[in-house]
Amino acid sequence: MRAWAILIAVVALLALLPLAGNNYALRLATTVCMYAVMAQSWNFIGGLAGYPSFATAAFFGLGAYASAILQGQGAPMLLSWAFGGLAAMAFAALIGGAILHLRGHYFAIASLIVAEMLRELINGLPDLTGGGKGMNLPILRISVASEAQFFFYAMLVLAFVCAATAIVVHGSKLGFGLRCIQQNEDAANILGVNAYAYKTAAFSLSAVFVGVAGAIYASWVKYIEPPDVFDILLAVKPMVMVLLGGLGTIFGPALGAVILLAFEELVWRNFLTIHAAALGVIIVILVLFLPNGLLSTVRGWLPAKASSP
Amino acid sequence: MGPAGTVTNMIYLQIAANGLVLGGLYACIAVGFSLVWGVLNVINILHGSFIVLGSYVAYFAYVHLGIHPFISIVLSGAALYALGYVLQRGIINRVVAAPVLITLTLTFGLDLILNNAMLVAFTADYQAVNLAHPLGTIQIGPIFLPGDRVAAMGLALLLTVLLYRLLRDSRIGRAIVAVRMDREAAALMGVDIWRINAVTFAVGALMAGAAGALLSIIFPISPLNAPLFLGKAFVVCVLGGLGSVPGAMVGGLVLGVIESFTSYWFGPERSVTISFALLLVLLFVRPSGLMGRRGYE
Amino acid sequence: MTALLTLDNVSRRFGGLNAVDSVSFSVEKGEIVGLIGPNGAGKTTLINLVTGVHPATSGRVRFEENDITRARPYQIARRGLARTFQIVQPFPKMTVIDNVAAGALFCGHAGSVREAQNIAREHLAFTGLADMAERPAASLTLARRKRLELAKSLAMRPRLLMLDEVNAGLNQTEVEDALAIIRRIAEQGVTIIVIEHLMKVVLSISHRLVVLHHGQLIAQGAPREVVNDPRVIEAYLGAKYAGKREALH
Repeated sequence: MRAWAILIAVVALLALLPLAGNNYALRLATTVCMYAVMAQSWNFIGGLAGYPSFATAAFFGLGAYASAILQGQGAPMLLSWAFGGLAAMAFAALIGGAILHLRGHYFAIASLIVAEMLRELINGLPDLTGGGKGMNLPILRISVASEAQFFFYAMLVLAFVCAATAIVVHGSKLGFGLRCIQQNEDAANILGVNAYAYKTAAFSLSAVFVGVAGAIYASWVKYIEPPDVFDILLAVKPMVMVLLGGLGTIFGPALGAVILLAFEELVWRNFLTIHAAALGVIIVILVLFLPNGLLSTVRGWLPAKASSP
Repeated sequence: MGPAGTVTNMIYLQIAANGLVLGGLYACIAVGFSLVWGVLNVINILHGSFIVLGSYVAYFAYVHLGIHPFISIVLSGAALYALGYVLQRGIINRVVAAPVLITLTLTFGLDLILNNAMLVAFTADYQAVNLAHPLGTIQIGPIFLPGDRVAAMGLALLLTVLLYRLLRDSRIGRAIVAVRMDREAAALMGVDIWRINAVTFAVGALMAGAAGALLSIIFPISPLNAPLFLGKAFVVCVLGGLGSVPGAMVGGLVLGVIESFTSYWFGPERSVTISFALLLVLLFVRPSGLMGRRGYE
Repeated sequence: MTALLTLDNVSRRFGGLNAVDSVSFSVEKGEIVGLIGPNGAGKTTLINLVTGVHPATSGRVRFEENDITRARPYQIARRGLARTFQIVQPFPKMTVIDNVAAGALFCGHAGSVREAQNIAREHLAFTGLADMAERPAASLTLARRKRLELAKSLAMRPRLLMLDEVNAGLNQTEVEDALAIIRRIAEQGVTIIVIEHLMKVVLSISHRLVVLHHGQLIAQGAPREVVNDPRVIEAYLGAKYAGKREALH
């Protein structure tokens, strides 16, 4: 299928990046992969199912802390990363039970509140998490260049797995059901869709990869604290990326991730004090002029296919 | 009940009184937000920053012109009304019928701009209005309350009541209520929905600005406080129901009292978390609020 | 007594009001039952109760020997009950064929989306929508949307189909077409409950009528008898006419 071909081609190309020997480019690419994972993950619950979740930051932070705590107990790094993902997924399944029956604004707020409370919780357990002082993670005894490559490949693999999952879900009964739920949940129920189970699945999917990403991030930067990994922008940026690229599409999130990161790098290097406002400006322009995202808009410009006889 | 019991009762009475004073302010903070949500079905993330901006207006008016913040209510209110009207007419109006994701993201983006602008203009440093002639402490029976706070609460409640009368008795007010109840029916009856949207949003901003002026003598002023006020507005809305002024009043007072007690029992750092937990429970059990009718989702 | 569907003293309270008040009746396999009554009588609420959209406040609903009173809508759908909505509820952005495929897919009659789409084609042909298959559902006219609603329900392979005002908004020809389709569905062995306010339609198609008024069941039986029942006339037209009717006989 075309989607698989595109995915494998892109990943194969990216895998060659370390050969260029540019650590800065590698760092950027690692961040792009991380953004792509977060955007792709949000797309499951926000794009496919149509439930605007603000919980992404919660999953990221939880994954980071779960992994850090486990490594603090001496567990190996890769295992801890997996644990981070599982912790986030379990949390999503649990919280989903409480908030997925809410719709629209109420769901959005509830997911945001949950993230806030998780942050307060982490803050309030200094013996376990270091509280406001943050946590340190083990240093890897390898060269800077090797480290850059290692984390790049880690994020790339994660991005591949996440995108592959997205392709599978989009074509599956689950994806079909989620689209039904997004367009008319009452009709979906009457047709035999177990909406509750499907929404919980989507919500859990939106958590697991983000959790691993948080864990990898923690190992990458070696120091985490609550305002850093539970930052609300970590919840909002994936939404912006998906809106940029195209809600509910397969590659829209990744496309949006690339564009947003490019923009961020530009602004960060030149206009640090107003980078929040710059993001705000992007958002406003996006919402007002590109409501369907780039992919759909560009498709709309292409000449229509000739109709078959 | 022996003397020990009486002392505990007095403490609780004081805590409750503190809570009510705070609660009156919360009601004023939230009522504009609630109105915008109920009428336009837009969650205005800018609301917190509007309040902070109102506080800054009052602060500078006091520091440079010697105008008492209570009088600045008019200044802050007018300034924010203008800002709100322009924002709504120019930008927000275009997405009023759009899904939650779009409107929420848009107001979030606008807030990023406003908040960043304030950070650049005023820095994150906490400012405070230190009144040259504070009203001192008032004693009502066994309870002691800071005079300025009580005055602020009184004005807050007065503003809220004025808004209520406006909605009930003026033509434009009734049009706003009509749109809140049934947008399509109102349009069919000749109500200019676009104008009502703009006015409602502007009124919401006005109330935020006015609240900001009142709060300037109580809370430290900084753009960093915006999320705090927004959070309170959320909780009050869910407690009291959307678009309802009496609801905001009740919700505000209830929140104030709850915070006062949880602050006393668990410490002030925990009280925010606890009110959020309360909010979650409420959303789970009764999303339309303690008093509200089934509002917009 | 193996009736297909049995309602046993079913009630539903909204606030202080009994939208459905102690209603009991049953539907036999192969029947076409007309559910009629003035506006606000509780007909749609009754359907909502049976399909699990609202839980009954009291009473029991049994389908094929199974108690479905507390079952969720998707569980009831999978047991073989389908319904159409008075205001059509399509998936607007999906194609017509995908809309119908959804019915087949989620009631367990197809293992994959592809399979479901194949099954959907049959039902599209049955309802005369075959050449609309790739159009988005939102682009259809009202009459066609009603037929789409029907096709979706049929793809669920229901044993009991409940049609809620399937003729509302249709013109004479469209109504005739719809009736023809309903008769063909019945011939295939599907039991049908029809909510309908057009007397002519309901009389021509129903084996039996059930009449609701203010949430209560006030009459049931053969169409001709029910229509002449003074209580039914009073419910629709008021006591004056009921009295006149009596006087004439």
